[in-house]
Amino acid sequence: MAETRKPVTTIKTPVAIHYNYSIGAGQSAFMRAIREGRILGVRCPDTGKVYVPPRLTSVETASPMTELVELPDRGVVYTYCIVNIKFYDQVLDIPYAYGYIVLDGADSAIMHLIQECPVEEMRPGMRVKAVWKDPKEWTESLENIRYFKPTGEPDLPIEQIMNEIRKKSYA
Amino acid sequence: MASRCAVIGIGQTKHTDKRLDVNHTGMVREACNRALEDARLSWKEVDALVIGKAPDTIEGVICPELYMAEALGMVGKPLFRVHTAGSVGGTTAIVGAELVRAGVHDKVLVVGWQKQSESDITWALSPHLPFDPPLMAGAGGFFAPHFREYIRRSAAPDHVGIKVAVKDRRHALRNPYAHLHQPKVCFEEIRDTPMLWDPLRYGETCPSSDGACAMVLSSEKYAYHGGTRPAWVHATEMRSEPTIMPGRDEVNPRAGRDCAAALYKQAGITNPRRDFDCAEIYVAFSWFEPMLAETLGFAEPGEGWKLSDSGATSLDEGGDIPWNCSGGVLSSNPIGASGTLRMAEAALQVRGQAGAHQVDGARLALAHALGGASQFFAMWIVGSEKP
Repeated sequence: MAETRKPVTTIKTPVAIHYNYSIGAGQSAFMRAIREGRILGVRCPDTGKVYVPPRLTSVETASPMTELVELPDRGVVYTYCIVNIKFYDQVLDIPYAYGYIVLDGADSAIMHLIQECPVEEMRPGMRVKAVWKDPKEWTESLENIRYFKPTGEPDLPIEQIMNEIRKKSYA
Repeated sequence: MASRCAVIGIGQTKHTDKRLDVNHTGMVREACNRALEDARLSWKEVDALVIGKAPDTIEGVICPELYMAEALGMVGKPLFRVHTAGSVGGTTAIVGAELVRAGVHDKVLVVGWQKQSESDITWALSPHLPFDPPLMAGAGGFFAPHFREYIRRSAAPDHVGIKVAVKDRRHALRNPYAHLHQPKVCFEEIRDTPMLWDPLRYGETCPSSDGACAMVLSSEKYAYHGGTRPAWVHATEMRSEPTIMPGRDEVNPRAGRDCAAALYKQAGITNPRRDFDCAEIYVAFSWFEPMLAETLGFAEPGEGWKLSDSGATSLDEGGDIPWNCSGGVLSSNPIGASGTLRMAEAALQVRGQAGAHQVDGARLALAHALGGASQFFAMWIVGSEKP
């Protein structure tokens, strides 16, 4: 029997999945602290680099990392992006900027929003500090920090800072 | 027994935004049929199958390996699935080549593919994790800070990214299989597209494509089975590095430099710009070209943008080291196939079968695929002569 009608080409099949994400012991300490408005890192015994969030073993040397370090909620912008694209399920209004922020005393950067700063004034080396949500809203999430904003302090030499971090790297 | 490895069959589909006429297996079979025809082999004569596709959430198809063997007439034969994010198509080719070089199999079919139209990749790459702020906005948003850092470091002028995009889209006009064909593409057209992920414009990003690319890799014994000149695999190399490592240099990743150095050592390459006739490099966003030119040793650190700006990488400008003559990832991006396409396009060049995008007399070509957060690197060198 010849089929003369239009072919069925696609059918929509929505997918929704609920995950139980195992946080792991390294992130657990971070989550407990961030719940209380504190930021924790961990120091690598071999390179001295401070990782934030903490993890159990050094990425470079695989050594266990146990020395937790409390970090301030301020740092410096390494690099950033201004997002101007709208996509499905996006919760932020565009344009928004996010940056790699190296907290004072940390060697790894965290990614977060940068606000209260005109886009054209944004720059690497800019000093920023966290703007926290109301403590009543705090949960186990880096979202307890609403965003980072400029402190108004003089810029830091970001290239030198990143080079100093890279010098600590395991050969 | 160990053997040299040759590329004796190459097939790809016409890359496009939606292949509604075929499902995954139909599309993959189309590329494989072409590769087998080129090699003058039947399905039955293939010893093993190596497949590669980017992560399944990207298109909502889970475990395609479950039905690939039957769809490709390979039931009962060895089947391997390779997983290295965007570099997967390159790694898939390398796994196939290693099976041949190790003497395990004589004729291996490798295929990479993606059907991006079946889901929403920007969504798939931008999950809002419950413990992190919802910052990610697709791959462009992830890499844009790296490009900004490259531009800061090298003081590259803004027009270089636009120039690379125009160059690759013009190259695509020579390649009938390329997805994007923009006959009048020019500097102004790209420049005036929206700035999606500052410093990256819409026109400087790769498309979302449906497509597949397959190759038949053989031992020396079958190298001339297809009756045409094979491409000889001179060297293969793969490296990885962590996503998050304090002090990681995202602009010029160590794993990329180490991978190139090891690859060049195998093949006796001392000056890539001089030693290669052309290169197929994973440039999914315009600024990757100058950045990778530095990582891969085609330019000194900070000087990659001058190479792109000079026209050296352009066929149309008569450059001495054309990059992505096929139009590259900037013109076709069926992700899982994009790495395979780099490997296959390099092979087409040294076989003298690249048609309108052929580099005259190409004898040695470099192919490169990149994946994840610039953390997986898969490369090979192919030549017209035996290694």
